[in-house]
Amino acid sequence: MDSYFSILFTEVYKILILLVPVLVSVAMIVWLDRRVWAFVQKRRGPNVVGPFGLFQSLADALKYIFKEIIIPASSNKLVFVLAPIVTMTLALISWAVIPFGKDFVLADINVGILYLFAVSSLGVYGIIMGGWASNSKYPFLGAIRSAAQMVSYEVSIGVIIINVLLCVGSLNLSDIVIAQQNLWFVIPLFPMFVIFFISALAETNRPPFDLPEAEAELVAGYQTEYSGMMYAMFWLGEYANILLMCAMGSVLFLGGWLSPIDIFPFNAIPAPFWLIFKILFLFILFALVKATVPRYRYDQLMKLGWKIFLPFSLFYVVLTSSFLLYFDLLPGK
Amino acid sequence: MIAHSVFFYIFSLIAIVSAVMVTVSKNTVHSVFFLILDFISISCLFIMIGAEFLGMIMLIVYVGAVAVLFLFVVMMLNVAEQKGQWFSSRWDGGTHIPVGLLVSLIIFFELIIVIGGWKYKPDLLNSLSINISTEVTNTRSIGNVLYTDYILLFQISGMILLVAMIGAIVLTYRERAGVKRQSYVKQISRERDEGVDLVEAEKNKGVKIDV
Repeated sequence: MDSYFSILFTEVYKILILLVPVLVSVAMIVWLDRRVWAFVQKRRGPNVVGPFGLFQSLADALKYIFKEIIIPASSNKLVFVLAPIVTMTLALISWAVIPFGKDFVLADINVGILYLFAVSSLGVYGIIMGGWASNSKYPFLGAIRSAAQMVSYEVSIGVIIINVLLCVGSLNLSDIVIAQQNLWFVIPLFPMFVIFFISALAETNRPPFDLPEAEAELVAGYQTEYSGMMYAMFWLGEYANILLMCAMGSVLFLGGWLSPIDIFPFNAIPAPFWLIFKILFLFILFALVKATVPRYRYDQLMKLGWKIFLPFSLFYVVLTSSFLLYFDLLPGK
Repeated sequence: MIAHSVFFYIFSLIAIVSAVMVTVSKNTVHSVFFLILDFISISCLFIMIGAEFLGMIMLIVYVGAVAVLFLFVVMMLNVAEQKGQWFSSRWDGGTHIPVGLLVSLIIFFELIIVIGGWKYKPDLLNSLSINISTEVTNTRSIGNVLYTDYILLFQISGMILLVAMIGAIVLTYRERAGVKRQSYVKQISRERDEGVDLVEAEKNKGVKIDV
């Protein structure tokens, strides 16, 4: 029985080592997002609390904690309270499989990429539950929009993942990174990287695909009835999901923890920092998109997902597999 | 192995209780949530027996896609109102009870056949033709047999799904008249000459514009 407890304690310790930095960086990334957004629009952004406004997120969190949580009288109370918890939990559990370096991963499972994909497809439930349980029209419309949108773009993300897997021959995330030792997949699969990036925007409800919370039409979408800490949990979960999508993009296409060139000043930097740099790079791209692009119309969004991305990525699967077969490059032989 | 069996019983208990709750709970949306819980605990059981690929596919396909569509339908249609009508005989089409009884009888006999098979051939696992090796990951071993030995069955099931999909689209597709569609090509290829027209307007008469 002793060994069970020791295993349990080491695992809990490892999970805390992973989760605390993730939560802190989620708070910091909100600040970064707002700063980048402001600089593009020639504003200052949050710059008052702390140096460069770095503690703005902490101040916001403090404000949310001390605000009253209002649960609407006609809502479905249990589901209403569960929804932000589901969003937050699902956003955090997927970090378990992200490899930060060689053998530096919490759970090195064989089907890592499928796990990531499954958890990100579960993310829609937090939104649907929140929208339905609020028992109000705007949240419900937001939830319905979000469900349709996320299911549509998941399909193309799945096909893009197949493209990468064809080149790797394994579902393990560490294997995917190691397979990019010589050539990052962003070079041969560049069109897929672009489509992955755009689908990730849609998957995380970021502009230009933020129709579930389009403030001009739906007040705040599925979050309309939420307040205080419950709203903050939705908000943190959303940003944790964005970071996760950036991490997924850098593992799949940008070579994860690998340094761009394997010579002295670059490979002296520890592996996790490279992954963090790549995540930050993708996140700044996310923020720039948010600052520059107007919102899509809903039928355009559906058209883009089903009529353009899906056929194109399917075509690219055929192209990749025939290329690999013709030049005899298929892995795992 | 104590922890293993403890987790097994926890997940099976959740699976059974939530399966019962799917049929018992009054609110249809709650039923779907319990169905999702059931799917998740069953995929946990799959992972516990080492079939991690099946477990993950179960999560992606059933929980990530099928159950979302269930929820979609249940939330959009007012199922709760219809449910009351189904069991009262005053509804136009009669009750659904006879059909329900028939379906449940068929499922009951199928279950009897399945369990009966166990009794007469308890060594079913030994007669499997595929030898299971613990060295290859189960994604690879499924791929090895699925695309070689069972390619025909795999393709037939794919065809059936395709036909079902086309059938569903044909059944629900209605062509509406007067729908304005956006054509990007038309919008982009519009030039100044065809877009702007200079017209001499006669005094007190105006111009007739027909587009």
